[in-house]
Amino acid sequence: MNTLYFRILLIGIAIYFQQGIDAQTTTAMDPVYILEQVDANMSAKNRIIHAKMTVHGRRKSRTIESKSYSVGRLKSYSEYLAPAREKGTKMLKLDNRLWIYAPSTDRTIQLSGHMLRQSVLGSDLSYEDMMEDRSLLELYDAKLIGEETVNGRETWVLELRAKVDGVSYTKRKSWIDQERFVPLKEELYAKSGQLLKMIELSEVSRVDGRWFPQKMVYKDMLKKGKGTEFYIVSIQFNASIPDHYFTKAILKS
Amino acid sequence: MKLAIQLAYRNLMGAGLKTWLNVGILAFTFLLIVFYNGFMDGWNAQAMRDSVAYEFGEGHYYHKDYDPKDPFSIKDGHGIIQVDNLTNVVPILIRQGSVYPDGRMMPVLLKGIPAKQSILDLPTSYLQSDEETIPAIIGKRFAKASRIQEGDDVTIRWRDQNGSFDAVTIHIAKVFDCDVPTVDAGQIWLPLYPFRSLTGLDYQSSMFVINKEFDREQYPDWNYKSQEELLKPLKMVVDSKKAGGSIMYVLLLGIALLAIFDTQVLSIFRRQKEIGTYVSLGMTRSQVVKLFTVEGAMYSIMAVIAAIIVGVPLFYLISQSGITIPQSSQTTSLSISEVVYPKFTLSLIATMILLVVLAATMVSYLPSRKIAKMDPVQALKGKIQ
Repeated sequence: MNTLYFRILLIGIAIYFQQGIDAQTTTAMDPVYILEQVDANMSAKNRIIHAKMTVHGRRKSRTIESKSYSVGRLKSYSEYLAPAREKGTKMLKLDNRLWIYAPSTDRTIQLSGHMLRQSVLGSDLSYEDMMEDRSLLELYDAKLIGEETVNGRETWVLELRAKVDGVSYTKRKSWIDQERFVPLKEELYAKSGQLLKMIELSEVSRVDGRWFPQKMVYKDMLKKGKGTEFYIVSIQFNASIPDHYFTKAILKS
Repeated sequence: MKLAIQLAYRNLMGAGLKTWLNVGILAFTFLLIVFYNGFMDGWNAQAMRDSVAYEFGEGHYYHKDYDPKDPFSIKDGHGIIQVDNLTNVVPILIRQGSVYPDGRMMPVLLKGIPAKQSILDLPTSYLQSDEETIPAIIGKRFAKASRIQEGDDVTIRWRDQNGSFDAVTIHIAKVFDCDVPTVDAGQIWLPLYPFRSLTGLDYQSSMFVINKEFDREQYPDWNYKSQEELLKPLKMVVDSKKAGGSIMYVLLLGIALLAIFDTQVLSIFRRQKEIGTYVSLGMTRSQVVKLFTVEGAMYSIMAVIAAIIVGVPLFYLISQSGITIPQSSQTTSLSISEVVYPKFTLSLIATMILLVVLAATMVSYLPSRKIAKMDPVQALKGKIQ
């Protein structure tokens, strides 16, 4: 009798866990859930990033080191630390306005319109790309279109279509790591369907309790070249950033 | 007066090489002044003619939020033209974008214009096409800068009215030769109606160009700029260059006049006995002053005659064949053609003759005044006074 109860109990426990596993798998495969998890990893109220950007030119490559402070999607301040030629150059973004301070001329200029579409220091990123940082869930409807292996890791392939106006890329394809909920590859498309940019993200590590890629390779698909590597030396999420970092006075300080 | 002219002529001929040196340098200066002013007038006329033909028409209407001098205003500076008859206007929609010739990214202004317009001389008929690829026309300056050739297919990218990126491949149907950089440099002209659809700005325009038949009533959302106002900056640039260039020929004219002045001073010093003789024979002092002044003025008359002999055939040839402008000068933001045809008008030549003759007469008269104070007896003796 005891054996029978024991067996029923075991079967009950097995069914319970099976249901739990099924429920977890179903939830994980829900594209909205995936995006929530991605945003939880990738988005933050504010962040301080110390990064190195390697721009591959036709003849030679150069590395630019910078430190950036950002709060939400509207405020961002960056200072270039190296090479000597760029050292001291500062960039301030407030809402949709962008100012650049060049120490060589001791002047601050505001970028707008077509100038924002130019590449940042010859990279595959435009100033507009750097200013684009809203969370994916806020902007896109997601659809799970398959599963693929990227760099040996299992990923979900999501097709994202803009659900609000004013999104830079109305369609994206994201390859999301099934275990860590971090995009490992992204394709950004124009409204016409033309592939504009490709981003490869790698060296995912644990930072402040979240998974975050340390290396990103941006490739403007309309341009020739090997693309631009963005390597994060250190990153801090939700750190305290003084308010004066987001005033024009910081540029000449 | 007749006697004075006869005597002056004989004296000048008698002076030989000295006279011809003075006449030569004055004639050269005269030719240079006429040439420089003729060149600037020719450039001005050509620049104005081309600017009107390719860009200004009879005037522009800009949307109230669009300022051509402010790139910040392009994004929101557009609206619907409430004009009943569109035959007398050319609507233009302007957006900012990028072009990717051969894998390079370049910022450009994308301009939509009706293919069937006839107000501007732009070859917009090439924008009519049944092909799926959108045709486009570009100017030779931009073609050279971007290394895009006629027949090439290139990708352009822009943001639509909501800020989303869009990109298509366009076909360069024509590279036009135009001397107006403001319709050429960094610009791609596209057919208006497909361009409006692509940007999501149906019926919208940033500006419109009008012709003479257009009824210029007030349009509340549009600011009018007449052809004269549009041409004003160009005229100011040419006038400023003209003024800058005048320093050179003022200096040259100054040297020529100084030579005449020196000659006159030396003549009065060396020809004291002659002056004394004139007075002894019954000439008044003022008649002698007049004689010397006429001598000086005659340099300028002879210079003008010499300049006409040399200049008329030379300037006629130049005005026919024109002057080729170096490529480097054509890349400036000013409207300048490959060949500038100088414009030598009668008023220009008459003004320059008057200027040279009056200036030469003045510098001749100034030292001659000393004669009036001379004692004829001392002068006859040749004693320095």
